[in-house]
Amino acid sequence: MKKDLVIIGGGPAGLAAAIAAKEAGVEDLLVLERDSRLGGILNQCIHNGFGLHTFKEELTGPEYAARYIEKAEALDIPCKLNTMVIDLAAEGGRKRVTVMNRQEGLYEIEARAVILAMGCRERPRGALNIPGYRPAGIYTAGTAQRYVNIEGRMPGREVVVLGSGDIGLIMARRMTLEGAKVKLVAELMPYSGGLKRNIVQCLDDFDIPLKLSHTVVDIKGKERVEGVTIARVDENSKPIPGTEEEVACDTLLLSCGLIPENELSESIGVAINPATGGPFVNESLETDREGVFACGNVLHVHDLVDYVSEESSQAGRNAAAYLQGALAGKGKAISLRAADGIRYTVPASIDVSRMGETQTVRFRVGSVYRDAALEVTCGGRVLKHIDKRVLAPGEMEQVVLKRSELQNIGNSESITFSVRTEKREV
Amino acid sequence: MSGRREFVCIRCPLGCNITVETENGGIKSITGNTCPRGADYVTKEMTDPRRTVTSLVRVRGGELPVVSVKTAGDIPKDKIADCIRALKGIELSAPVRIGDPVAENVCGTGVDIVAAANVGQA
Repeated sequence: MKKDLVIIGGGPAGLAAAIAAKEAGVEDLLVLERDSRLGGILNQCIHNGFGLHTFKEELTGPEYAARYIEKAEALDIPCKLNTMVIDLAAEGGRKRVTVMNRQEGLYEIEARAVILAMGCRERPRGALNIPGYRPAGIYTAGTAQRYVNIEGRMPGREVVVLGSGDIGLIMARRMTLEGAKVKLVAELMPYSGGLKRNIVQCLDDFDIPLKLSHTVVDIKGKERVEGVTIARVDENSKPIPGTEEEVACDTLLLSCGLIPENELSESIGVAINPATGGPFVNESLETDREGVFACGNVLHVHDLVDYVSEESSQAGRNAAAYLQGALAGKGKAISLRAADGIRYTVPASIDVSRMGETQTVRFRVGSVYRDAALEVTCGGRVLKHIDKRVLAPGEMEQVVLKRSELQNIGNSESITFSVRTEKREV
Repeated sequence: MSGRREFVCIRCPLGCNITVETENGGIKSITGNTCPRGADYVTKEMTDPRRTVTSLVRVRGGELPVVSVKTAGDIPKDKIADCIRALKGIELSAPVRIGDPVAENVCGTGVDIVAAANVGQA
């Protein structure tokens, strides 16, 4: 089978990319989704707060997904469900996508362009090094979310949450509303990894304590979780002896970070940024493999699906331009440098001849700052200075650069993103 | 009598830190919000805190056993638990479409509950 464009993943990123590509004139495209329905993880995110930027209203996850699914249906975008991509390889200028499903077996699709939209996964217990047996009752927060919200089952009655990522906070509220007792949320870092609004409406509203600088040092129970031991940690994240505290519970939820799922990207040889776990991309959201684009959580983990949709639409439009020969050839690009408190930038480079009128650059800071500023500089020149009351690792930031601002910068130069601050709060 | 309360606005993911100065039980000043919704949020939070509630109800004959539902508007914060309890006995029949009515005037709040996901027939 031959296709102009194959989109791997039918979640919010894949759907927005497919819609934008089709609207830009790509007729011969295909979305591949491993689950039995489109919409990805939005289907289990039944809380509200999605779509404020995109639709100017507050939707739940399934409602937000439905808007895109209906649009994709209206545009007659072909989607294969229950279909797993098992390999991605480059063959000359073309890409070979090896896929499998129950109806058609194992087969290959030859694509001129590919959009990577596989999303991310949760960090599992095995990656956390918590001692103890392997009793029942330990779940990642997203697994528990699936049990509760899709399958209508309760994973436990007395819950401790380790990690204060957004899914952990959301699940602390969900489990409470469904009748469980959530005893506490323990967070290794001195600040939460989740959005502030989730701390207010998921923990504070229900008097669930958030214990910062705490971690789980032991899990009790052989058949089923019977309790956990938590302890305070020092500034090097090492547990402090004597601060241990026993907490009885039958369930431990883990919300300890999300990891972009890039096995397929790596199999086609895409270079991965260790700071994001996702591909290095240029202004067109194209990876270092020509014609291979990336967007959404497979590129870098987002807080807001609205930004995933926006980014993915851009990837879809750029893939269309590439297929139509309208994407200018790659020249030398300005490299974007993350320094002084900035962990990474997406994109990692900008070729001014290929950028639009504006270019959104998204990034995260490495710790919590108050009364600070974001600065974009080139040589000694300040291109942007944006005052910020609060900067936190849990909140993605963005700066919009205008084409006119970059016009006088040579392509061999770099622009630097940094945090300017007097006070640094940990 | 004057006082000061700190809020984190939850109207959008920006999460502005808002400071409210009070005098004689009334609001004297609101600072820190980046948009009018922030001022509206803290005013409500001090007088009549409200939340949109999302939960699930059972579905008979559906491709999934449950469907997510939401309050069509926000309800008083202290009615959240009652609202969740009121949903426990409800069972819908598939198919369910987004926006289908689930319950009217939940717990006397004047707010309806509507379906927030599509569940097809099994």
